[in-house]
Amino acid sequence: MPQNEYMELHRKRYGYRLDYHERKRKKEAREPHERAKKAKMLTGIKAKLYNKKRHAEKIQMKKTIKMHEEKLNKKRKTDEVPEGAVPAYLLDREGQSRAKVLSNMVKQKRKEKAGKWDVPIPKVRGVSEQEVFKVLKTGKRKGKAWKRMVTKVCYVGEGFTRKPPKYERFIRPMGLRFKKAHVTHPELKATFYLPIIGVKKNPNSPLYTQLGVITKGTIVEVNVSELGLVTQGGKVVWGKYAQVTNNPENDGCINAVLLV
Amino acid sequence: MEEEGERILTQFVSETGETTGDPFDLPVNVTTEKLQLICNAILQKEEAVPYSFFVNDAEVTTSLEETLKTQKQETEKVLNIIYQPQAVFRVRAVTRCTSSIEGHAEAVISVAFSPDGRYLASGSGDTTVRFWDVNTETPHFTCKGHKHWVLCIAWSPDGRVLASGCKNSQILLWNPDTGKQVGRPLTGHRQWITALAWEPLHSNANCRHLASSSKDGTIRIWDVVLGTCLRSLSSHLQSVTCVKWGGEGLLYTSSQDRTIKVWRAEDGVLCRTLQGHGHWVNTMALSTDYVMRTGAFDPTKASHVYRTVTETAEELSKLALERYNSVKGTEPERLVSGSDDFTLFLWHPAEDKKPVARMTGHQQLINEVAFSPDTRLIASASFDKSVKLWDGRSGKFITTLRGHVSKVYQVSWSADSRLICSGSSDSTLKVWNVKAGKISVDLPGHADEVYAVDWSPDGQRVASGGKDKILKIWRR
Repeated sequence: MPQNEYMELHRKRYGYRLDYHERKRKKEAREPHERAKKAKMLTGIKAKLYNKKRHAEKIQMKKTIKMHEEKLNKKRKTDEVPEGAVPAYLLDREGQSRAKVLSNMVKQKRKEKAGKWDVPIPKVRGVSEQEVFKVLKTGKRKGKAWKRMVTKVCYVGEGFTRKPPKYERFIRPMGLRFKKAHVTHPELKATFYLPIIGVKKNPNSPLYTQLGVITKGTIVEVNVSELGLVTQGGKVVWGKYAQVTNNPENDGCINAVLLV
Repeated sequence: MEEEGERILTQFVSETGETTGDPFDLPVNVTTEKLQLICNAILQKEEAVPYSFFVNDAEVTTSLEETLKTQKQETEKVLNIIYQPQAVFRVRAVTRCTSSIEGHAEAVISVAFSPDGRYLASGSGDTTVRFWDVNTETPHFTCKGHKHWVLCIAWSPDGRVLASGCKNSQILLWNPDTGKQVGRPLTGHRQWITALAWEPLHSNANCRHLASSSKDGTIRIWDVVLGTCLRSLSSHLQSVTCVKWGGEGLLYTSSQDRTIKVWRAEDGVLCRTLQGHGHWVNTMALSTDYVMRTGAFDPTKASHVYRTVTETAEELSKLALERYNSVKGTEPERLVSGSDDFTLFLWHPAEDKKPVARMTGHQQLINEVAFSPDTRLIASASFDKSVKLWDGRSGKFITTLRGHVSKVYQVSWSADSRLICSGSSDSTLKVWNVKAGKISVDLPGHADEVYAVDWSPDGQRVASGGKDKILKIWRR
């Protein structure tokens, strides 16, 4: 194995052989003849392989030629009309964000009735009760085990007051409570930090929904009033649903996609 | 008022300040109906004209007494009662959507009724101009010819030609009867067309000249018969946003370079530059806009059945001049301009380069202003979700019309100056009662932003178009 670029080095020092270019030209000129000879001579599997290889080479060649042609060609202006026409008075204001997309109220209502959403994450990994709840031993002898601590992120409503310890079966730790979520609007491709209004559905269990446990795939309702979405009737949309796309308990934040 | 039957010395004054008749004393508890009778008698009108009466800028709504109570009054002095004739006809507010016509494949950007309200045209992002049959509310013609979005359309004041300008800086002319293109395309601008303005009918009977403003900073005056550019006016440094052809042979243009320029249309001389705005000037309106738009057509004589025009062009022109003079009165033309600096300016552009008034109050940029057909009021539509009303003569603030939940893009007056229709980005139209300063009807129905609104000059219908690609017609 050569250890260095000794040929290049030699060339650099002493130049090419005097007949190098001539030989090269002749070799190149001879190549098609050799190819043809080979193509004629070969038989059987060798011919098959050779022809296949040559075929692929030719395709590649043609493609390259075409690409070069395209590059050299002066393109005619495309007649296509861009979409998203705006009136003249808005033409110079295109840069300004117009965070407003139509909300199809009827559709959403229908879906709500059916209890089904066409959601970004249709399949959700099952989260078992063992995973979500940690058993807390209580009593003097620590013999009782009816108390549970939620180990996932929770949304706890504004007016919630804890029950006395004797009656409190589920503890939702303060450190895992969240009030806001990073919600991405899929069409605007913009993310907003919006307050959560409630947990609409945790697909794993109605109990989680009730408790406000937020895991990946949970549908939460968020306050979108600052986005300025408007209904057909011209009223500002207040709440909208969003699906959680990350594992909040691992990440320490809630990321969600708005359902439009 | 302690004693019964108190009397007061009064004097009727027209809105331009001329006294009418001799001062005479009236019982204080005289009602507006009685004032109407007296006023009509003094002015010796054959037909009773409705008037509204003002005492020290406060309108007399029920009786003189009520109005006087609200303000301090010297009983020794002659009380001036200003009377304003109102439109003798009444446009009824549109309340329902009679049809939503699909057809455009892209957002409807501009909508315009012809001067007599007989034809309706719309321009869209799908590069077509469409004509609609207003009686059956069906599509009539689809005019293909543009290569890019049709940004603005303008009817010639005789209603025989529609001009449309596109983003490819081409202007085409269409015949509303056949839907065919007329003449040659007018090319010359280097960037998109922002506005079109025809020469008013009273100054040229043939409707031959058209002014167009463009993003490239120039204004071009075209001869539509020959299809040539007569002259190109270039003195604006930035995009020209609006062009208006005044009744006195002047051309007004507003630009993003913060100025308004006044040109003499016949030879293209720059008369004066109006400076004052601190940011882009977006829009302008002339006090005589409406009368020049409708030309010879008189909204008072509107009927359901459209009359074919039998008069010659000269007669129509004469008629238009009569109407123009009656609306303009003795005062010069007034111009109001709305800007990105959230203010409006009122000018007398034919005489003075100093503004008459600076109207502040909007909290966002002003997208459109419009003078009422009787020139007494100005309505301004702003991105701060409100429409504001201003006095058309002094520029004094009158009221704010709130109700939209998003930017208001367009306003359109009804022909009797009693109603306004506004279209907004919140996908609704709203009809406002001007006198009460309140919303009259809310018209939801569009599925997306409303880009264009027009109230037909005969007052029958409102047409609107928007981002949802649907043209809607609203009627009473």
